[in-house]
Amino acid sequence: MSIWEYANPKKFMQTSAWALPWLAGLSAACLVVGLIWGYFFTPDDYKQGSTVKIIYLHVPSAMMAINAWVMMLVTSLVWLIRRHHVSALAAKAAAPVGLTFTAIALVTGAFWGQPMWGTWWAWDPRLTSFLILTLFYLGYIALWQAIEDPDTAADLTSVLCIVGSVFALLSRYAVNFWNQGLHQGASLSLDKEENVADVFWFPLLVCIAGFVLLFLTLVLVRTRTEIRARRLQALLSRERLA
Amino acid sequence: MMALLSRDLRLAFRAGGGFGLGLAFFLLVAVLVPLGVGPEAQTLAKIAPGILWVGALLACLLSLDRIFALDFEDGSLDLLATAPIPLEAVVAIKALAHWLVTGLALTLVAPVLAVLMMLPAGGYVWLVASLALGTPALSVIGAFGAALTVGVKRGGLLLSLLVLPLYVPTLIFGAEVVKRGAMGMEVATPLLLLAGITAGSVALLPFASAAAIRVNLR
Repeated sequence: MSIWEYANPKKFMQTSAWALPWLAGLSAACLVVGLIWGYFFTPDDYKQGSTVKIIYLHVPSAMMAINAWVMMLVTSLVWLIRRHHVSALAAKAAAPVGLTFTAIALVTGAFWGQPMWGTWWAWDPRLTSFLILTLFYLGYIALWQAIEDPDTAADLTSVLCIVGSVFALLSRYAVNFWNQGLHQGASLSLDKEENVADVFWFPLLVCIAGFVLLFLTLVLVRTRTEIRARRLQALLSRERLA
Repeated sequence: MMALLSRDLRLAFRAGGGFGLGLAFFLLVAVLVPLGVGPEAQTLAKIAPGILWVGALLACLLSLDRIFALDFEDGSLDLLATAPIPLEAVVAIKALAHWLVTGLALTLVAPVLAVLMMLPAGGYVWLVASLALGTPALSVIGAFGAALTVGVKRGGLLLSLLVLPLYVPTLIFGAEVVKRGAMGMEVATPLLLLAGITAGSVALLPFASAAAIRVNLR
């Protein structure tokens, strides 16, 4: 029993069909509990008032926006090294989800920044690198769309994902150099005494768990769709040959 | 390899278009921006480093799709791929040829355009230095983008979408060098970082580009 068994699409479809309702249910439960807890049963911050509550959407989506790219990097590497089609399709499936999370993080950040910083947008390093991440996602998705042959597309997007990761990291540090930050530091570091207060922290953790599960659910659904689309394609071309 | 380089250079100079286009575009940027922003020397001096770098970057972008597209269409890329020299070297040579006709030329005309942009006197040296150091990275990164999109019909727009995010670090450090130079501050840090990006890209990206071309030729 190893993880590579799931490289077999049939096995993947079986297991994911079994896991999907659980993941979806758990994700919905976490999100409902976390968001209701966060929105209705936590106090307002003494400085930020009720705007602090946007943290329950902003932080988890920003985390998942980055994690989605990391997952795409890993699956791209798996595809390039071991040539498992499911892996390439999972990377393809994750990209639009990651892009959506990036957009959510940017939009919620703007909603929070307007009353707090007095501006919708600032050229702060974190904000800027997220904008650049959006561009990377767009380029990656556009490259998948542009190439017809699925294997060629998988190869090229994987190479792009690897090179893009290096440059995304470089950009992250380059923008640090370029402008001083307005954005507050990390609110969840494990090695720091000073995090957000516990009242906000526990519902936030539940929301993060909900977002992770939501991401997994969406990626599984989309990967299953891609596998089915690929099977359909194979059937159609076989029919044409016959 | 020399033969390939001289062939690419000859094609760039003779086939018309390609070579002068980037320079003309760069000139137009330096003319249009003051027309749009207004002629105040102070404002122009302030934005000159950024505008000059963005202009150089976009001028570089214009000719990227010519690096591989023509060779891909007429089949010479297949021949190059089966030639005794490794494909990585072919990519590096083609990027070098692209740099010689765009990056180097842009670097040489940049001081003249800096006059139009009212760049403060201290910035000229650093403008030339940063462009000379940074434009090789633009060509190599661009060759990677061109290698990815060589099989795509009308891939020019896609190419820009892929390449522009990759240009971010180069642009930031390059413009920072000129900005600091123009203000008389020390420039060593961004200059070294820029050199680092160029060195890293030149060393590693030809492998990624060659891999992409192999996939496209399959």
